[in-house]
Amino acid sequence: MSLLSVAGVTKRFGGVVANREVSFDVAPGELVGVIGPNGAGKSTLFDLVTGFQRPDAGRVSLDGRDVTGLRPDRISHLGVARTFQKLKPFAGMTVLENVMVGAFHATADVAAARATAREVLEAVGLGDRAEMHARGLSTGQRKRLELARALATRPRLLLLDEVTGGVDQASVPGLIRLVRDLHATGLALLVIEHNMRVIMEISQRVVALQLGQVIADGPPAEIVRDRRVIDAYLGETWKA
Amino acid sequence: MGFLYALIAAGLSLIFGLMEIVNFAHGEFLMVAMYLAFFAWALAGLDPLVSLPLAALGLGALGWAVYHGIIRWILDGPMLAQIFATFGLAILLRSAAQFLFGIDFRTVDEPLLAGRVALGPLFVGVPQLAASVTALAAFVGLYLFLSRSETGLALQATAQDRQAAALMGIDTQRMFALGWGIGSACVGVAGGLLAMFFYIFPDVGAAFALLAYVTVALGGFGNVPATLAAGVLVGLVEAFGGLLLTPALKYSAVFALYLGVVLWRPQGLFGRF
Amino acid sequence: MAPAGTLRPVLTRGLLLAGLLAALAFPAVFTLPFPRHVMIMIFLYGALATAWNIIAGYCGQISLGQAVFFGIGAYTSSLLFRDAGMTPWAGMIAGVALAVGVSQVVGYPVFRLRGHYFAIATIAVGEIVQALVVDWDAIGGARGVFVPIRRPDSLVNFQFHQSKAFYYYIALGLLLLALAVTRRIERSRAGYYFRAIREDQDAAAALGVNVRREKLRALAVSAALTAMGGTFYAQYILFIDPESVFPLSLSILICLVAVLGGVGTLWGPVLGAAVLVPLQEGTRVMLGGTGKALDLLIYGALIIAISVFQPGGLMALLARARTAGSAR
Repeated sequence: MSLLSVAGVTKRFGGVVANREVSFDVAPGELVGVIGPNGAGKSTLFDLVTGFQRPDAGRVSLDGRDVTGLRPDRISHLGVARTFQKLKPFAGMTVLENVMVGAFHATADVAAARATAREVLEAVGLGDRAEMHARGLSTGQRKRLELARALATRPRLLLLDEVTGGVDQASVPGLIRLVRDLHATGLALLVIEHNMRVIMEISQRVVALQLGQVIADGPPAEIVRDRRVIDAYLGETWKA
Repeated sequence: MGFLYALIAAGLSLIFGLMEIVNFAHGEFLMVAMYLAFFAWALAGLDPLVSLPLAALGLGALGWAVYHGIIRWILDGPMLAQIFATFGLAILLRSAAQFLFGIDFRTVDEPLLAGRVALGPLFVGVPQLAASVTALAAFVGLYLFLSRSETGLALQATAQDRQAAALMGIDTQRMFALGWGIGSACVGVAGGLLAMFFYIFPDVGAAFALLAYVTVALGGFGNVPATLAAGVLVGLVEAFGGLLLTPALKYSAVFALYLGVVLWRPQGLFGRF
Repeated sequence: MAPAGTLRPVLTRGLLLAGLLAALAFPAVFTLPFPRHVMIMIFLYGALATAWNIIAGYCGQISLGQAVFFGIGAYTSSLLFRDAGMTPWAGMIAGVALAVGVSQVVGYPVFRLRGHYFAIATIAVGEIVQALVVDWDAIGGARGVFVPIRRPDSLVNFQFHQSKAFYYYIALGLLLLALAVTRRIERSRAGYYFRAIREDQDAAAALGVNVRREKLRALAVSAALTAMGGTFYAQYILFIDPESVFPLSLSILICLVAVLGGVGTLWGPVLGAAVLVPLQEGTRVMLGGTGKALDLLIYGALIIAISVFQPGGLMALLARARTAGSAR
């Protein structure tokens, strides 16, 4: 059975349709990429899956269980974690404390949460920054922090909104490697990414959105040859 | 009264829309304007209606100075600092008034306009009527300025998106200062008008400010035209609340209206979603 | 640096102990009513600001309606004492229960609002409650409530006419309780959740934090402590009316004390109270309450200065001084 199933989901904002009858699945342990031009409804889709928005129609299910319209914290407790395109660090707290908030998922014990948080920070390569205030981090480090926080909840499915967006070129390979390592541990990932080379390289499957609709869904090799995708999006970016 | 509320609230709304800062000293600005009008009358014999431009200018200058002296330093600060900087200003102005002028109630005696006229079945005081008309006129003027003049459009652009406006070559610092100036001038006019028929004392701003916050929130922060409708609505609720309930509860009716509306539509009655 | 690292906790603890002993010994040294009164007010405002600090400083929800809880505490115990002869201690518990109940009923819808909307909504709630009490004749309306005087002094009646010492120790106890509760929250999961909500509530929700439930918890604790302060005030002054226990100005004063001292820190509110209360009482005595409002004038200027130059309050100034000192 698929881990995540999105079926016929529609979301409107005023007169604008952000998502129109979007359907796709993510299997356990699968890495699925989401592509589409700006305004295609990628982030809205994430909001709908993680409970930040309620769909006007359609249903979202996890392991076959209907979770449509559940609150974000409930979704989180069902094993879905996410990052935000616009990073949201807890700026006034230390890096370690940031991650502890996620680690409190499984325990109310402060020492236990601290231990989990340290472990995760080591794993994402921020071990030496633990006592720093989050506002002092670079963008690349903030991305890692956001990732670490999400991982500390020990999710089964992780939604990453823009892994490499806004990060300097030097940090990109490290972040990609991190995503791959996570995938190798058996974690399922749904990844929004603007960098075409990156997404085609790491994804097992790619879902392409345009104007809120799924226009293609398949392995990367097929997606790059899909006429509609090329017209809608790749035309400029892929060549560039 | 609704038009006056609207004018007071418009100044607040303008400032909030521009930089997402609520001026909690707005009521005290009103109080300052009323004292200005009072002393113009007491010392120079100028009727509040005549000294209206003076009040507008004076308050505009005050707003401008407050922006440069306080606000620009906390624009990117934490929300707490933003709230309490203007709260501090409110306390400062109010206690300064109390310190300088005492807590006595003052009134402008023998104003230019007096008496009452019959307006259909209702009798309305002439000063009140004149105030409403002038407030409405000032409001329309403000609206036209914002929507037609180049500077007004630049202000609106800055409110929409600071960075984009800056890229387009708009001096956002100047716009912010201007916003404070104009927003405060609005309250200056309102204060001058109010001075014709209302008691003047250091705490006078408080009640009006609270109503202004409610009005602004009802109209949707930053949405100046909607503020007019909201102001009228607040005026009506207050008047009818006063008739139907005991007078003490009329403000409660307004506040209850506010709570009802923000909880039902957090963006205000007319806010863009 | 190693010895300094181990020395500091010992030093801090020693300093705290000395402070506590000094506080305990104070009434023995200062037997006049006035210094004791000033200390009592410092403790009371310190406790109220500490309570506000939990919801606003840690959890980031800027409540400007704390007077509602204060007034509920004051009225509940006073009315139960006057009309049912119930000891104010039991009345205090009843007041706490009522304040917590109100906080949950009001908080549930209002916590949907964010930022300035929330702050203004709490003002609106406060104003509505005050107007309702003014209009409610059965509980005295605008005339207020005189707490019946009982002699001789007794702990049961919570009245001490001979000496302020008892009030002093009760107020100190209240402050210590508020501080202990804050300390406990700071070191528990709730404290981390509160701060996460303050920093970014969406991110907190995405990490599994039930945002509304945590806010309601923070408000409940804050309301309970504030209501206890209300009962204390009523028994200390022995007269309450809507103007003295429900006004917006009280709500704001509570915030200002915390803001001055430093929000989101354990000792900030106490520090703020220790500065502001003597200022207030001092100018009141010197100028004889002529309505000159000099204390407020200084206050306003102080608050603006703090907001503009040091949003972290006096605690941040102290911290800076300390790092500068240890760097030397």
